[in-house]
Amino acid sequence: MEDVLPFLIGGLYAGGVYLVLHKSFVKLIIGLIILGYASNLMLFTISRITRGAPALVPEGAEALVEPYADPLPQALVLTAIVIGFGIQAFAIVLIKVGYRIVATDNLDDLNTTDRLDD
Amino acid sequence: MENELLLVLLIPLLGGIISLFFWMDVKRQKIVFLISTIAMTLAAINLMRSVLENEVITLQSAGWDAPFGISLVADYLSTFMVLLTGIMGLAVGIYSMGDMDRARMRFGFFPLMSFLLFSVSGAFLSGDIFNLYVWFEIMLISSFVLMALGNTKAQLEGAIKYVTLNIMASIFFLAGIGVLYGLTGTLNMADIALRIHSVPDEGLITLAAVFFFIAFGVKSAVFPLFSWLPASYHTPPVAITAIFAALLTKVGVYAFIRFFTLIFTHESPFLDNLLIFTAATTMFIGVLGAAAQMEFRKILSVHIISQIGYLIMGLAIGTKLAITGVVYFIIHIVFVKTNLFLISGIVNRLKGSYELKKLGGVYHTYPFLALLFVISAFSLAGFPPLSGFWAKFALVKAGLVGDAYFLVLVALATGFLTLYSMSKIWNEVFWKKKPEEETNLEIETLKKERGVINRQVLLPVIAITVLSVGVAIWAEPIFYFAEMTAEQLLNPEIYIVNVLGMAQ
Repeated sequence: MEDVLPFLIGGLYAGGVYLVLHKSFVKLIIGLIILGYASNLMLFTISRITRGAPALVPEGAEALVEPYADPLPQALVLTAIVIGFGIQAFAIVLIKVGYRIVATDNLDDLNTTDRLDD
Repeated sequence: MENELLLVLLIPLLGGIISLFFWMDVKRQKIVFLISTIAMTLAAINLMRSVLENEVITLQSAGWDAPFGISLVADYLSTFMVLLTGIMGLAVGIYSMGDMDRARMRFGFFPLMSFLLFSVSGAFLSGDIFNLYVWFEIMLISSFVLMALGNTKAQLEGAIKYVTLNIMASIFFLAGIGVLYGLTGTLNMADIALRIHSVPDEGLITLAAVFFFIAFGVKSAVFPLFSWLPASYHTPPVAITAIFAALLTKVGVYAFIRFFTLIFTHESPFLDNLLIFTAATTMFIGVLGAAAQMEFRKILSVHIISQIGYLIMGLAIGTKLAITGVVYFIIHIVFVKTNLFLISGIVNRLKGSYELKKLGGVYHTYPFLALLFVISAFSLAGFPPLSGFWAKFALVKAGLVGDAYFLVLVALATGFLTLYSMSKIWNEVFWKKKPEEETNLEIETLKKERGVINRQVLLPVIAITVLSVGVAIWAEPIFYFAEMTAEQLLNPEIYIVNVLGMAQ
């Protein structure tokens, strides 16, 4: 697994960046979501993956015996997913309202607030 | 003793939740906000008092010992940032009671402000990198909603950029946490600071540092990551811009200071050069951007970037005097910048515009307002004996002593250009004659629509001006405090020992 996941993460980052660079609102959001997944997976992978060794103290022993899986990254990733979900929900609604009021689907048209002379 | 730390967080949270129960009831929300923010400021003063006695106060949440649970840590830096948060929240809250339109207040302006203050204080007090990430996200979501509240076209355009770039920053932050956890196997900042010395591969530490650099760089708006700021900060009502200018970018700077004095202290010419490059370009390009603008709030917004450059400059030099200067500079800039935004809001109330070309003659009709502006503007430009002078003096002196002549040169040039853009505002808004086409009839209808200057609007501006002048007059005790803060930051052992409970 540890040999495959880095390629997956790299692919997700590449795909996310590719989508974010598009002009469309919807592709921007999908790109951000994919980038979020890439970071979550990276956080999960980089903290080392141990298979089939739950972090439980075996019967008769006083402490954990190596090897055991670190439960913390899983908790972190779960938290990050939940937070990401909330932020993405907000971003999707924002994009929808933005589309209705600004009346465009082209990010290049969102330049009125940057102009010097308005 | 530790519960004093918790009070600062619980009061705004409780205030926010209670005011949610009074949904659409603006009158009661105002009362709840006032009470909770005053209580929070008092709690922060109380916390400051006991931090001054004990140096560092640590709260291990749920009683889990240090590296395993989440630690909340109040040292000098965190505590005074929390105190500033309380004061600015109170001032801007009172201002918004007189200035904010009813529709925005009905749709949850005050609860959002409470949650913003709650999350900003949490970010300052957190002693755990993942917990810091969570605070950042709470802060982001409340600032996202505040930014878009009201749904005007400009706000939504700004908010889309603001949201996108800040989500990107969070993604980098998360990746950085991953790398740091993979290297050290812990999330507690103090524990990381201990263990990072035994990590064999310095390259990987630098990689983690770069991830955090990008994340905090976006949040504090350094070059070249600042593009969301000029696009969005001038779009919401001025009270929201003022509280963002006071707190949000400072959270990024705080995180910079915390990470680059506690965790990434290893010898790395790449990181040092990166900080110096960022400081110089941020200062200079920020001020050039401001000089090009012709709108009151846009000038001030773009100026935020240049001030962030000064703060990074102090961090890049990294001597005790430089960090002292940074601490003093933060106190100075939070007061002055917020005040300038609030004054721009008052001018808008009087004249109905932020455009420099359409404004004019404020000095003749409202000399007192002009005086308030002059104090803040000249302080920003660094005129003695105002607070900006002492702040810049400390940084420039630290640069000269530390042989960072290039940074000093850029800082002085930036100060000069700051003076240029401040005097541009002064000339256009206050000094020049009011434009011909502005008839008295227009002003009269404006006054009927918005009401003249009321107490809620003027009181915070006067109070902050007095505070910022106070920062200049009592420069010595504040400098002494800033020096203690710098000493604590440059000797992370005190922090580490206190957090990990090795003091006994």
